[in-house]
Amino acid sequence: MNTKSSVRDRAKVALGDDFLRGAVHFTTDRLRNRKQAVTEDFGHWEAWRDRGEAIRRHTIEHLDFYLAQFADNLERLGAHVHFCADAREALDVVTDIVHTKAARRVVKSKSMVTEEIHLNHHLEELGVEVVETDLGEYIVQLAGETPSHIIIPAIHKTREQIKALFEADGGENLTTETRDLVAFARRRLREMYLTADIGITGCNFAIADTGSIALFTNEGNADLVANLPKTHIVFMGMERILPTLADLEVFAHLLPKSATGQNTITYLSLITGPRRAGDGDGPEEMHVVILDNGRSRQLGDPDFQAVLHCIRCGACLNVCPVYRQIGGHAYGSVYPGPIGAVLSPLLEGGEAYQDLPYASSLCGACYEACPVKIPLHDMLVKERQQFVAKTGGKTGEKAAFAAYRVTFADHRRYLGAIRLARRLQGGFAKGGVIRAKIGPLAGWTDRRDFPALGQQTFREWWMERKRGTRRG
Amino acid sequence: MKVSLFVTCIVDAAFPRVGIATTRLLEASGCEVDFPIGQTCCGQPAFNSGYADEARHVARTLLEAFADADAVVSPSGSCVGMIRHYYPSLFAGDPALAQAAQRLADKTYELSQFLVRRLEKVDFGGRFPHRVTFHPSCHGSRLLGVRDEPLELLRHVRDLELVDLPYARDCCGFGGTFSVKMSEISSSMAAEKAENVVASGAEVLVSTDMGCLMNIGGTLSRRGARVRVMHLAELLAEAAGLTEEVTA
Repeated sequence: MNTKSSVRDRAKVALGDDFLRGAVHFTTDRLRNRKQAVTEDFGHWEAWRDRGEAIRRHTIEHLDFYLAQFADNLERLGAHVHFCADAREALDVVTDIVHTKAARRVVKSKSMVTEEIHLNHHLEELGVEVVETDLGEYIVQLAGETPSHIIIPAIHKTREQIKALFEADGGENLTTETRDLVAFARRRLREMYLTADIGITGCNFAIADTGSIALFTNEGNADLVANLPKTHIVFMGMERILPTLADLEVFAHLLPKSATGQNTITYLSLITGPRRAGDGDGPEEMHVVILDNGRSRQLGDPDFQAVLHCIRCGACLNVCPVYRQIGGHAYGSVYPGPIGAVLSPLLEGGEAYQDLPYASSLCGACYEACPVKIPLHDMLVKERQQFVAKTGGKTGEKAAFAAYRVTFADHRRYLGAIRLARRLQGGFAKGGVIRAKIGPLAGWTDRRDFPALGQQTFREWWMERKRGTRRG
Repeated sequence: MKVSLFVTCIVDAAFPRVGIATTRLLEASGCEVDFPIGQTCCGQPAFNSGYADEARHVARTLLEAFADADAVVSPSGSCVGMIRHYYPSLFAGDPALAQAAQRLADKTYELSQFLVRRLEKVDFGGRFPHRVTFHPSCHGSRLLGVRDEPLELLRHVRDLELVDLPYARDCCGFGGTFSVKMSEISSSMAAEKAENVVASGAEVLVSTDMGCLMNIGGTLSRRGARVRVMHLAELLAEAAGLTEEVTA
């Protein structure tokens, strides 16, 4: 990940990329409109959100209990459970399985957790060929990139770019028609499913009281990944739990409606343990890797525990006006958008993503879109407060707010400062506005006019009026 | 009814005409308006930048200035959102201040909210024969839940043609210090908003927050777009003929 540059620098690059912005506008518009239509049609959306939030809150408050129940059930079903504290431990588990199975090829369905631990890179270092089977992930893999959206990994790619990538991968006589492009990917991926040694999937929800893994896809690829190879490895964040199958009903509504504006997901599969005697298909061996990687640090933290309620629907990205301008890669983190700006610094715990919480106008569209009502805009402010508390703040800004503190705490000093500014703006103010790129205003006045201070403040008008020197 | 005006620092310093219009509207509604001089700023610039101590220090001016007020009214959904939503937790460390903060939060209203919900006054008379579009401020609409009140007031102005603003609910990119710290992203958001305002075909853009309006207005004026930018209070006061002195 690109963590040396700042989000502001990366954003500048993205803002200059018209293809990227065009593609992001096009797709997020479609997703937003579809979501609005489907939730209005469905009705009682706020009640569903409340229900979703209540279930997630309860689950995370009792996560230790439900995780233990889930793991017990998995083991009873004959699956292997691996609790991993961090990426290193999770990758070691995979190394062991790859070696034991002498695996050469791995097929994967979509999983953000595997992005988080850079699993593909690790497998390639082990000499294993990795093939992403989600169409978007496949495109991103061919491009040698990372996903720029949680749900739509290749949202930043245009049809023309995808056609070029497929041609480089052996596609002949392709057009930019969806049918042609999809047919090529399907042919290509079919060979892979049938020859892979291991299938790796993510996990949308893990059902504690049955030990089931719920997978939501639109392409059915996760079912092939999970069932055709002899070994199936599931990767999940430790917070993916739901207590019962009845709870899944609520999320079978909330997730697809929020994510893509689909009323129902195309394929919802429940995988409950490896192949049993008499089963027609399914893997002989099943492993479930349950990853912490910074999540448990949020447990018990009143400000941030709710970030674990997230169901990774991406709705906050689709409505975010900042994401709309800069796309996902500018965030420089695995998780982009509002949830990424909140989550990345929390999971990482260090300084790598400290500037992400500032990449928000705090408009609150994310909270409004969130199907489980995570107050992301409040969390962004709290992260900024933590940053200032920990570092003291950036020098110039710190000085500015020290001055603000003194000046604005007293109305006489405050008025004095306005009068001083009025004198200082002098020649810069023309026609009621300032256009000059002076000091901290430069960022503003580059593309916008700034209002010049007038002859009189409101309070001066008020005092004059009160003294009766002006009839109001 | 006695009302204390919280004019906000941005209106006080840069847009006094909005404060004057607000005063006139409240007086025209039969309120006795008071302006406690000790007020400065709600503290939001510091608070949203992560400087909670500095925010608290400045916010105390409002706790003191409005301690005896019956009701506090402000021409800003954003600043009122700050008071109503964040003051109680901002002062949670000091029981006496926390109580004062809660009292202030409970009696503070955004202007259109106060006019429509508290006073139930939606018609100030007069006419405004122009095509108008409305930008809902994010904090006003999302933080405060003020959605229909401004439109209700606009609908009662005769000869005013209200036209839809495409992507109305998308943020204009102001975001306080965000507009300077992330100025490239902010100005791109403002550019998109300005394009939508122009596309709406409106002659006048109206909103309930001067933060949004100085951002969108500054972008429109830089582009030479002929759209007049007005605070809701200004429009209502002008339509009702309450502002000769201001426009003179």
